[in-house]
Amino acid sequence: MPISQHPTSNLFMTNSKRIPWRDWLAGYLFASPFIIGLLVFVAYPIGYALWLAFQKTDLDFGGLTTKFVGWANFEKVFTDPIAQQALYNTAYYTIFAVPLQLIFSFSLAMMLTQPLRFRDFYRAGFYLPIIVPVVASAVVWQRVFHPDYGILNDFLSWFGVPAQKWLFDKNLAKPAFIFMSLWQIGRQMVIFIAGLGNIPQSLLEAASIDGANAWDRITKITLPLMTPLIFYNLVIAIIASFQIFTPALIMTDGGPENSTLFSVLNIYREGFLFFNMGYASALAWELFVIVIGFTIAQFYISQRWVYYEE
Amino acid sequence: MSINKKTRQLLGLTALQIFATLLVLTFLMPTLWMISSSFKSSTEIFVVPIKWIPDSLRWKNYVDAFTQPALPMWDFIKNTVMVVTVSLLGTMVSSVMVAYSFARLQWPGRRLFFGIMIATLMLPGIITLIPRFIMFKDFGWINLTIPVIDVYFPWLPLVVPPWFAGTGLYVFLMYQFMRGIPDELDEAAKMDGANRLQILTRILLPLCKPVLATIAVFGLIQYYNEFMEPLIYLSKLDSWVLALGIRAFNDTNVQNWELVFSASVVMLIPVLVLFIVAQRYFVQGIAMTGFGGR
Repeated sequence: MPISQHPTSNLFMTNSKRIPWRDWLAGYLFASPFIIGLLVFVAYPIGYALWLAFQKTDLDFGGLTTKFVGWANFEKVFTDPIAQQALYNTAYYTIFAVPLQLIFSFSLAMMLTQPLRFRDFYRAGFYLPIIVPVVASAVVWQRVFHPDYGILNDFLSWFGVPAQKWLFDKNLAKPAFIFMSLWQIGRQMVIFIAGLGNIPQSLLEAASIDGANAWDRITKITLPLMTPLIFYNLVIAIIASFQIFTPALIMTDGGPENSTLFSVLNIYREGFLFFNMGYASALAWELFVIVIGFTIAQFYISQRWVYYEE
Repeated sequence: MSINKKTRQLLGLTALQIFATLLVLTFLMPTLWMISSSFKSSTEIFVVPIKWIPDSLRWKNYVDAFTQPALPMWDFIKNTVMVVTVSLLGTMVSSVMVAYSFARLQWPGRRLFFGIMIATLMLPGIITLIPRFIMFKDFGWINLTIPVIDVYFPWLPLVVPPWFAGTGLYVFLMYQFMRGIPDELDEAAKMDGANRLQILTRILLPLCKPVLATIAVFGLIQYYNEFMEPLIYLSKLDSWVLALGIRAFNDTNVQNWELVFSASVVMLIPVLVLFIVAQRYFVQGIAMTGFGGR
């Protein structure tokens, strides 16, 4: 990475490596919002959460009282059936939603880079759901899934599919959330569209002349060149999916039978409804470690499949 | 042979066109249904099969949504405008400053902090939720009544963090853009006796308008959508933002779907207008975040 140099500083200084103190100070001053914010709103809370995870807490009008309880909160994290259920639900959601989102958004991007008429209109149409405020879309989708008056069952009935109970059925509630998440893939789609636009047309034409068919061109040229963006979308999507919260709180509040009680919803309940902030912090740390672990693992694995052009 | 190929291609494209049209219509269905239902009468809502076009446009639904005594919609709107504006202003000012420092100034630790900033982009935010709450409680910011002037102002936990470049993504976007501006401009201004603040505000910022617009659009959507933080910080009804209001509306109007829909449409309209007006900044920004300039 080239560093922007100040040619003037070289003129007056014997040692070009040394930075004048005024530049130092200016650098820190301009960066100070970030540095202070990092310490106060990120680093300190992460450490504080770790400390809290070893405490039993009580929150009353006087403030927070804590008592050291050792590993008790973590023992509960690993034995509490509710916490295990929440983690299972979250993993289930992530494992199915993320690959489907990627396949779907990639296919849409492929389709919308073909020479179609009104292409910009289609792109805007597929992007629109991202614009709908999260709360509003949760409220609307709660009704989209309604067994009697929702549009999903109405739509499916055109194809002879019998009415389902969706959010009221513990086996269909999680798939319903996954389905809904496929409606919100505009961001991933736009990233893929931008990337597809950067693939040199000449490369595809040359392959065509050499006798490569459409499938070969996709799997041998387009996909390898798109791997950096697939990786980027994958990392971001996994982090987001592990933290699903708002739709679950609004549409089902974790039900039926805790089938949509996701980890963050469970942490919210423990922390802010039951005021077990110590235990909630232990839960948050568990999720934190899982998500970070996944992210780091992906960076390692990515060396095997992500192709970076030199 | 070649004509045959051309025809086949044309047929393929036509089929794709039809498929794309059907798919985009399916995608738009929930939004269109929400808008259409917001004008229905309470009996039309529950007609099977679904009635897509109401007999008459019942604007009264919107009036009713705004005049529910239990839920002061106007207060929610006022609070939302205030919270979003202050947060957005802080985001812009702090992101510009920090990006300038990373892109143009030299100081020890710069690379380290830049790396940390990139890492925070991938930080699961849930970890800071509980400790932040306790911290703000210790600060006395929760349910705060500002002493001396005696003004109730419970929104500090929402509007202060954005002033500290809380979203690394925006700093990164700004940084990427500034790196694309030639250094010679700074140098020339420096020769003319401009200080760093003048270089930043008079030389660089006017050139950064596109990326500023992108950050403004993204930030606006982000703060407008914010749900979890208002949920834990704002306890009194008249301090709520729209996101909380719509949720409560949903919980209290179990039978009156049409009112829930019209309240949701009210929340959708500002961002929909923004989307139509500033569409290119959405697309630009997303394309930049993915892999901008690297």
